Amino acid sequence: MIPVTAASARSDQGSAPPASTASGKGPGRAANGHRAWFLVLPALIPILLLSVGPLLYGIVLAFTDSQAGRTDPTQWIGLLNFQDLLRDTLFWESFRIGLVWAVAVSVPQFLLALGLALLLHQNLRFRWLSRALAIVPWAMPEVVVGIMWRLVYHPDAGLLNETLGTHRDWLGSLSTALPAVVVVGIWARLPQVTVTLLAGLSNVPRELHEAAAMDGAGAWRRFRTVTWPAIRPIALAISALSFIWNVNSFALVYVLTGGGPGGRTRLPMLFAYEEAFRYGQFGYAAAMGCVLVAVVSILLAVHLVARLKGDDDA
Amino acid sequence: MSTRLTARRRAARTGQYLALLGYLVFLAFPLLWLVSTAFKPPRELASLHPGWIPDHPTLDNFRQAFDEQPLLRSAGNSLIASLAAAAITVVIATPMAYVMARHHRSPLSRAATGWIVVSQAFPFVLVIIPLFLVLKEVRLIDSLSGLIMVYVVWSLPFALWMLAGYARAVPRELEEAAAVDGASRLRTLISVTMPLLAPGIVATALFAFITAWNEFFFALVLLKSPQKQTMPVILTHFIGTEGVADLGPLAAASLLATLPSLVLFAVIQRRITSGTLAGAVKH
Repeated sequence: MIPVTAASARSDQGSAPPASTASGKGPGRAANGHRAWFLVLPALIPILLLSVGPLLYGIVLAFTDSQAGRTDPTQWIGLLNFQDLLRDTLFWESFRIGLVWAVAVSVPQFLLALGLALLLHQNLRFRWLSRALAIVPWAMPEVVVGIMWRLVYHPDAGLLNETLGTHRDWLGSLSTALPAVVVVGIWARLPQVTVTLLAGLSNVPRELHEAAAMDGAGAWRRFRTVTWPAIRPIALAISALSFIWNVNSFALVYVLTGGGPGGRTRLPMLFAYEEAFRYGQFGYAAAMGCVLVAVVSILLAVHLVARLKGDDDA
Repeated sequence: MSTRLTARRRAARTGQYLALLGYLVFLAFPLLWLVSTAFKPPRELASLHPGWIPDHPTLDNFRQAFDEQPLLRSAGNSLIASLAAAAITVVIATPMAYVMARHHRSPLSRAATGWIVVSQAFPFVLVIIPLFLVLKEVRLIDSLSGLIMVYVVWSLPFALWMLAGYARAVPRELEEAAAVDGASRLRTLISVTMPLLAPGIVATALFAFITAWNEFFFALVLLKSPQKQTMPVILTHFIGTEGVADLGPLAAASLLATLPSLVLFAVIQRRITSGTLAGAVKH
């Protein structure tokens, strides 16, 4: 319909219809119709078989008494798993710990990252160093991050005790275990969130910033009226993602504490893992997964609604 | 007036540098401690005041790490799983990403985008339990092939997202020009589109490689026999059931496990942030 110009094609987010050439025979149509299916199938089949399928199967499992190594057929037991979950104080405890953990990691992480991004956006010396260093935690296997912090928190040979001159077992004592793993959680993805926000800052129109400064707007006012509106979409996206990542955390805490001491750091994922692969309670663990999905979906929906509303205001 | 202003500005600058210093310390100190531990002889590790720089740096920890656990074999397993997952991922994702980029309003593309977003939100437990049961049924449990299949599907959402972003950036009129010159559709795809897409494909493959190399949860659940396990799983074996056994070899092995993904990540880091997040904002 719309003639494709060089400019519109390059900035185009696909808004031009596929059949954009006059003859309708151009390569824009190369992937049309049955040909598109041919190109899509190699990815679509594994997605359906190994992602969508298991997901639906997982929901079905939540309504059964599926267990490891049972010989009699699996029975459909309706809502029994969910009723058991409601009464399972250990589950609620881990659910509570999971929420505390996700909030305690995500919120400070975001605020720190925002401050750092604003800082690194400035023309400071040594900022190359922080950018270079930031790659390391990002690229590290989570298992190694966990091991590294075990070395830092070690009661005898640890960096923290050495610095403070103490001999505490940070990961092993009831009062400090959760705060200690929260610090690791913040550390692990701080660079990722910072660099993401930094990418968002490159969208901030410099002239607008300068004009606001000329008009005598203070730093806070400039942030609120110029910077924040420009980085808002990326900030909302990364904050939602990091919250979900934290809810689904496993490796970090598994390596650091294994869920202990006394279940103080037993995140929902660790709890479900134990139920499924240590005690073989597949149906019960699947029900747990369903509850987690429901909660995350609700939180995500709230977040998305806030985002859409914000876009309307803009 | 002006002197007061510059004084204030200087104070602000000082504050900024202090904040930067705090960040660098927070970021660097655990890393340096890991490196330092890896080169410390046992006597220094056991001392009451282990210092930053080993008095007698040693490579014994690395040798001991290889003696204690099958590091080489697990590195081989990780390499096979990561290479295969990366290769298969880009081979099957590229055509679909191309279709998504060129027909982003089609129902299929919309469904795919929806799946990409939703797949970020699902707790792995809900997927791993059925996958475990299915793979067990077809006897792909405790095998690298089963793990590779899981890795492919696991990195597909992000790979599609990245590749579709790159495909959108390929100017359509270049393809059209080739068509006008009489090239067939397939020929256009192969000789015009693919070369332009190549850097994006390489970046996506490297990203899929790093993801698989670092992955722990699926490997822990799906691989049981020690000779099949990947490096992150083997690393946890250094930690006994009752806390840390040997700090030196543990740190040494951890450093080795990090090197491949660190090097690759340094190569593609700029592409990941610029490519994918630009896409995220525009969507």
